[in-house]
Amino acid sequence: MNITLRVWRQANAQATGKMVTYQVKDVSPDMSFLEMLDLLNEDLTLKGEEPVAFDHDCREGICGMCGVVINGTAHGRGDSPVATTTCQLHMRSFSDGATIDVEPWRAGPFPVIKDLAVDRSAFDRIIQAGGFISANTGAAPDAHAAPVGKLKADRAFDAATCIGCGACVAACPNSSGMLFTAAKITHLAMLPQGQPERYSRIKTMIATHDAEGFGGCTNIGECSAVCPKEIPLDTISQLNRDLIASLFKKDGK
Amino acid sequence: MTTTVRPTGTRPEDFFSVGAEIRDTKAPAGPIEQKWSKRKFEAKLVNPSNRRKLSVIIVGTGLAGGAAAASLGEAGYNVLNFCYQDSPRRAHSIAAQGGINAAKNYRNDNDSTYRLFYDTVKGGDYRARETNVYRLAEVSANIIDQCVAQGVPFAREYGGLLDNRSFGGVQVQRTFYARGQTGQQLLIGAYQALERQVAAGTVAMYTRHEMLEVIIVDGRARGIVTRDMVTGKVESFFADAVVLATGGYGNVFFLSTNAMGCNVTAGWRAHRKGAYFGNPCYTQIHPTCIPVHGETQSKLTLMSESLRNDGRIWVPKRAEDCEKDPRQIAEADRDYYLERIYPAFGNLVPRDIASRQAKNMCDEGRGVGPKVGDARRGVYLDFSDAIGRLGKDGVAARYGNLFDMYAQITGEDPYETPMRIYPAVHYTMGGVWVDYDLSSSIPGLYVTGEANFSDHGANRLGASALMQGLADGYFVLPNTINDYLAGAPFTKVDASHPAAVEAVKAVKDQIDALLAVDGTRTVDSFHKELGHIMWEYCGMERTEAGLIKAIGLIQKLREEFWADVKVSGVNEDFNQTLERAGRVVDLMELGELMCVDALHRRESCGGHFRAESQTEDGEALRDDDKFLYVAAWEYNGTAQPPILHKEPLVYESIELKQRSYK
Repeated sequence: MNITLRVWRQANAQATGKMVTYQVKDVSPDMSFLEMLDLLNEDLTLKGEEPVAFDHDCREGICGMCGVVINGTAHGRGDSPVATTTCQLHMRSFSDGATIDVEPWRAGPFPVIKDLAVDRSAFDRIIQAGGFISANTGAAPDAHAAPVGKLKADRAFDAATCIGCGACVAACPNSSGMLFTAAKITHLAMLPQGQPERYSRIKTMIATHDAEGFGGCTNIGECSAVCPKEIPLDTISQLNRDLIASLFKKDGK
Repeated sequence: MTTTVRPTGTRPEDFFSVGAEIRDTKAPAGPIEQKWSKRKFEAKLVNPSNRRKLSVIIVGTGLAGGAAAASLGEAGYNVLNFCYQDSPRRAHSIAAQGGINAAKNYRNDNDSTYRLFYDTVKGGDYRARETNVYRLAEVSANIIDQCVAQGVPFAREYGGLLDNRSFGGVQVQRTFYARGQTGQQLLIGAYQALERQVAAGTVAMYTRHEMLEVIIVDGRARGIVTRDMVTGKVESFFADAVVLATGGYGNVFFLSTNAMGCNVTAGWRAHRKGAYFGNPCYTQIHPTCIPVHGETQSKLTLMSESLRNDGRIWVPKRAEDCEKDPRQIAEADRDYYLERIYPAFGNLVPRDIASRQAKNMCDEGRGVGPKVGDARRGVYLDFSDAIGRLGKDGVAARYGNLFDMYAQITGEDPYETPMRIYPAVHYTMGGVWVDYDLSSSIPGLYVTGEANFSDHGANRLGASALMQGLADGYFVLPNTINDYLAGAPFTKVDASHPAAVEAVKAVKDQIDALLAVDGTRTVDSFHKELGHIMWEYCGMERTEAGLIKAIGLIQKLREEFWADVKVSGVNEDFNQTLERAGRVVDLMELGELMCVDALHRRESCGGHFRAESQTEDGEALRDDDKFLYVAAWEYNGTAQPPILHKEPLVYESIELKQRSYK
């Protein structure tokens, strides 16, 4: 396959970026999208040009480090019924001779570092604001001390599969980080161990979410549509319910 | 920078010299059941008000590093935690699928600490240290308690209690799991505990920082040199102790199931500064991975070995059938080779045996799938019998997510055509040598998780890597490092100390040297060539002649690298080529030591199969008289061969036996 790529090139956070066109030849349909970018970079290096910077690590769809906007869709799922991360997207999804646009996540709270790599440390700060259960090492009771009903355990798990890639923010017209935040809220709210901090956690996490510059949620649903782990939109309903409930709790300051 | 190469030779003895024997001096005497309690009681303590005056550097944020950073932060130490990724949550522990073992005996099936200990030592083919393994089994139950308290959503039954499954040839059900994402959920648990300490101010987190050197002052590890991967700033950091939790080095083979960034630099730089490297040749090669599709492939994907419960593995009997559609090959023309050779265990033989036989079939020219280079490297894993027996829905209920993953990567539907699988590197049992306290041979330098060598011997059992990472991080290191820190305060050190200046200069010099070559070959092309050499000669089967050849090839590759590599850009930038180049430098040096280690160990054990040491039936044959020891290698400069220190393995609780699966 031969592919025409139009890639966002931006030297650093301060520089002005632009789309640059490259031809990539001899692409195998079995290659992953990132392997196709590797091929481009090998070629650029040998020509003495600067390779395209992009974040990636596990290349098996679980670490959450990769992620670019492909033809306008975060992670490039397009119309495919199969949810995917960028690293698990394969070139057989494209036709020979295709022109593909590749851009970084575009959101105020995710400033571009270089080319396709962005700074997502705002997500870590949302977790720091309460996305945990305070249980010091060594202080745990026996694992069977608190049974968890299977339905709640499964719902907690579904929310906990979030990989923190940031596609939800990139897809949202408001650059909202609500699906990411709601996934953690729901994960911990479903478990007995998460109850003591349930109504304080939500206030501090939402406050940090807003302070980091993420927008509000207006129920558009693009976030869930591009989520590689298919985090359901009803986690945001759960977040809203818990947030309202927290306003009536004395201890949820 | 090193362009000098070691002397060559024709005999194994030409490639190393033998030094004094070493011993672990930290495990106390007495019955094995009491050693850990005794050690914890005897270890010196640090008063809580003194802990805040002490600092610890931890490199890595996976299960071993993240758990240790959170735990030491909670204890009140000042922790500086580093990772090369953009967030601590990305560490490659996240990719582990199957589960985590713990001797809880929740199934009432006669499991116990001793049984988990016994299974792990036997699984490691009697090349692990008894005392460390017993402790691992002992703290395993605490790990599950801790993770549940953090909100890790393990699989549960309808009654609300935790579910278990069996794993990897073990006869009890002791594996806890979270669907196929156990590593992810455990890591997120540790990550959340870590971020809680970041918020509390006890842990300072440095992401996108790569450790490139260790700083030794008065014989103690006192700091590290890092490169800020966004700005290129080379900087030194100091502490009272340094912990490396930097994972395995499977990427020496280029293609592996490791993340792209996994590397050996932290451990190797420590090795160059005096830390012994233990059993570098012990590599685990997992039999059920998706095969290589072509020369441009960047990494391999593992599929759970549970597939072997219902899938039948075969290749065509005749090489000329290998190009055919497998569905057109008659039953009589198929060779179900594992069932043929191992009638008792069939497709469920241990990982090392299943892997080696797949290689043998492909070496005979009977591999399937696309040709990569000049050979087909794949065997069929066929579910048509299982679909006939269980129905498509029955198979989907057991393996649906794995079938989907296979279809997404290969574009083939495994319900219709047999899967193709091939072995791939996915774990390294070797690593920096440590004692019972997890201290390396450099005082103040601790090594935890996959980065050390201690718990899995020559072969790791499934669901044991997560157990070791969290055991080290939550329970072992936080109880041993205080014994060392109680000796603080040590000499005050800052960036102006000669040792720090020298280390920073060494890092900058290497960066400058890499950028200055400006040759004609890319970093990846060298990395791939190294991978080919390692896979061919130090992979599933090793021979004396092959290993000697490989050492020569790697030395030549290193010379060529320093003469012809092309690293574009500058240091003061987000320069991913420069990052990779530095890692490949260390992987090449490590690869050479792996070959030397494999060459000297003229026996087969676990994942290390020497063609010269096999039974009449072609099975691995240990030589306990000559090789019942840990090979701890001392660095001796680039122009001198490494020095071998033997740590004899003492088995007091377990009787040595030869494995058999026929």
